[in-house]
Amino acid sequence: MNTTIKLPVEPWARRLVILEISLPIVLLVLGIYAGLLQVLFRAGVIGAAEFGGWEYYQSLTLHGVVNAVVFTTFFAVAFGNALIPYALGMRLPLRWAWISGITMVAGTLMAAWAILAGKASVLYTFYPPLMAHPLFYIGAALLIVGSWIAFFNWIPLYVRWRRENPGSKTPLAVVGMFATFIVWLIATVAVAIEVVVMLIPWSLGWTQEVNVPLARMLFWFFGHPLVYFWLLPAYTMYYTMLPRLSGGKLYSDKVGRLVFMMFILFSIPVGAHHQFAEPAISSGAKLLHSFLTFAVALPSLLTAFTIAASLEYGARQRGAKGLFDWIVKQPYFSTESWLFSYLIAGLLIFIVGGISGIINASYSMNLLVHNTSWIPGHFHLTVAGPVLLAFLGMSLHLLATFTGKELRFKGLAVAVPYLWLLGVFIFSWGMMRGGLHGEPRRTNLGMSYLNPDSPLYQPEWKLYVTVTMIGGMIMTLAMVAYFLVFFATALRSQRVEPAADFPLAEAYHDEPLGALSNLRPWVITAIVLIIIAYVPMVRDVVRGTFSNAAGYEPHNPVPVQQLED
Amino acid sequence: MDRIEQLVMTIAVALLVVFFGAIVVAATGYGVDVPTCVTDRKPFTEGAPPFKVSDKPLRYEVHSVARMWMFDPPEITIPPGAEVDLYLSSADVVHGFHVEGTNINLMTVPGAVTYARIKFDREGIYRILCHEYCGTAHHLMAGSIQVSHLAVEEQQ
Repeated sequence: MNTTIKLPVEPWARRLVILEISLPIVLLVLGIYAGLLQVLFRAGVIGAAEFGGWEYYQSLTLHGVVNAVVFTTFFAVAFGNALIPYALGMRLPLRWAWISGITMVAGTLMAAWAILAGKASVLYTFYPPLMAHPLFYIGAALLIVGSWIAFFNWIPLYVRWRRENPGSKTPLAVVGMFATFIVWLIATVAVAIEVVVMLIPWSLGWTQEVNVPLARMLFWFFGHPLVYFWLLPAYTMYYTMLPRLSGGKLYSDKVGRLVFMMFILFSIPVGAHHQFAEPAISSGAKLLHSFLTFAVALPSLLTAFTIAASLEYGARQRGAKGLFDWIVKQPYFSTESWLFSYLIAGLLIFIVGGISGIINASYSMNLLVHNTSWIPGHFHLTVAGPVLLAFLGMSLHLLATFTGKELRFKGLAVAVPYLWLLGVFIFSWGMMRGGLHGEPRRTNLGMSYLNPDSPLYQPEWKLYVTVTMIGGMIMTLAMVAYFLVFFATALRSQRVEPAADFPLAEAYHDEPLGALSNLRPWVITAIVLIIIAYVPMVRDVVRGTFSNAAGYEPHNPVPVQQLED
Repeated sequence: MDRIEQLVMTIAVALLVVFFGAIVVAATGYGVDVPTCVTDRKPFTEGAPPFKVSDKPLRYEVHSVARMWMFDPPEITIPPGAEVDLYLSSADVVHGFHVEGTNINLMTVPGAVTYARIKFDREGIYRILCHEYCGTAHHLMAGSIQVSHLAVEEQQ
């Protein structure tokens, strides 16, 4: 690989980035362990309500919150803190960056305490009227607010760069990260309303009841764009770094920008496709959201082409001939460009993940798969595919460059994504096939449907849960190898001067941008689409709700307020 | 953008339009539709279901309430071929209502009523699974639908 530009980074900026990737990796050790417990519980190997002091639904809550929310949010903020100043050639303003980081850490510790103490076994969707400890909701709110502060800290930086560089194109890496956080900001407003206005006062006992359909609508207003908040940092790496790692250039800079703008447009007005099976939302609104969900598949289809074209260009530069040679001639196992293996393995997983997502979004096919194990089977091919692998790879890259250390066990580091790919394909095959045969998600199967002594015993699912368990074990093994590489590298002594160093690619087609040079019209159109998609839904939800609901702790069928009386 | 890119974009858009068209055809032409209920009606006050609404065509109405951790009624008995209007709600938290081996896949939400029209052509006992997490004993929450001429006659 030809040399990249290294830029020095202030010590306190480096320390912040290292903190923001290390804390979630440490928590991920617990999250992965909880994931392993899941497959063992579900396969009936642990035929009990708890194991080692962790109750099934408690460990499932931990698994979801840590892996899908804490790890991803911290990573996106750390990646932005590192990449945006680098791409702009500027310094990160430290004060607010640290305030953001500390807010997020405080929130995470509060929520983690509530979960580990068994006071918040409400899963990561925390659907009311199941009620968690107030610190769970307050912690979640702080994590979100902290991530907003990080974003607000980058905006003046960019504004200053724009003023100092009139006429220059905004670096694509910055466009990608800004798209990520614009989607995040709009989406999290809804969940902040749900949490701060509805759930926190209710969990503190200040209010007695909540409007459940309204809370669910607000949650899914946030819940699906959350997926793109996960995905877009990975896309940023695919567009700006993967072509370079393959030895070539990005095929089209303009398509990259178009893709990010489309995500701003279509990421948010799609929430009802998680609510097809629900009351209080009319089928017209559901159909509209289904249609818009297809629109959000469009940028991913374009990405498939552009990235493949970039990889082909890279391989041809290195002498690939014929039709298929370029597929073979990629640095799959290069210990020099080890980051490539994380990105390419994630992309391969995403082919299946993306297609299964189109099935979920399909208004009528959703009836077959809704809330079955098909759904986690699908999203482990997305969030635990391209997202996880890109984030893991980049975390290693940030750790190495920002501490000036050489990666340890490079061969093992390259093996991790392929081992994970193998594991997650086996895991998801089991989950998805089981789901098509009615196997429910988020259910302690070992205590019921997979227990031969239970009247609910369903022997047909034995095969699927067993395959899922084997896949889950391979995934765990891959993560053990990853933790070994990560912590062994962290404990190494410094070799070179720490610096920001990203393998950013040039563009092969670098055309004038026109409407793509300005974010504003895209954001405004996105807000118009949201209004069109959500105004009828708000009306439905208000008309379709005949009463509010009291709160319940997960272990007690008596409402919380009656327990206190 | 070069020609190939424009071609790819056109194909991608066309593909998605075809997919969406297929859904509209399924929903309108074949009646594969999702539940919908925007209503201010307060049901579940009239006693034990199912109720026969009419003989010709054979129509029933079922009101079912989900609660931690059972369905009420736990067993629904209907004759094969009957058109059944199913009204669901929850007395406490959110539950699921999935009839194994069918497309009947619904949520029960406190404060709202889920409506779906269902029909069973074959006799048998179908299991209802709660497939939304509803607390500590969620995995034990199940019910059943018995589709049988004989059982319906015995009940009457």
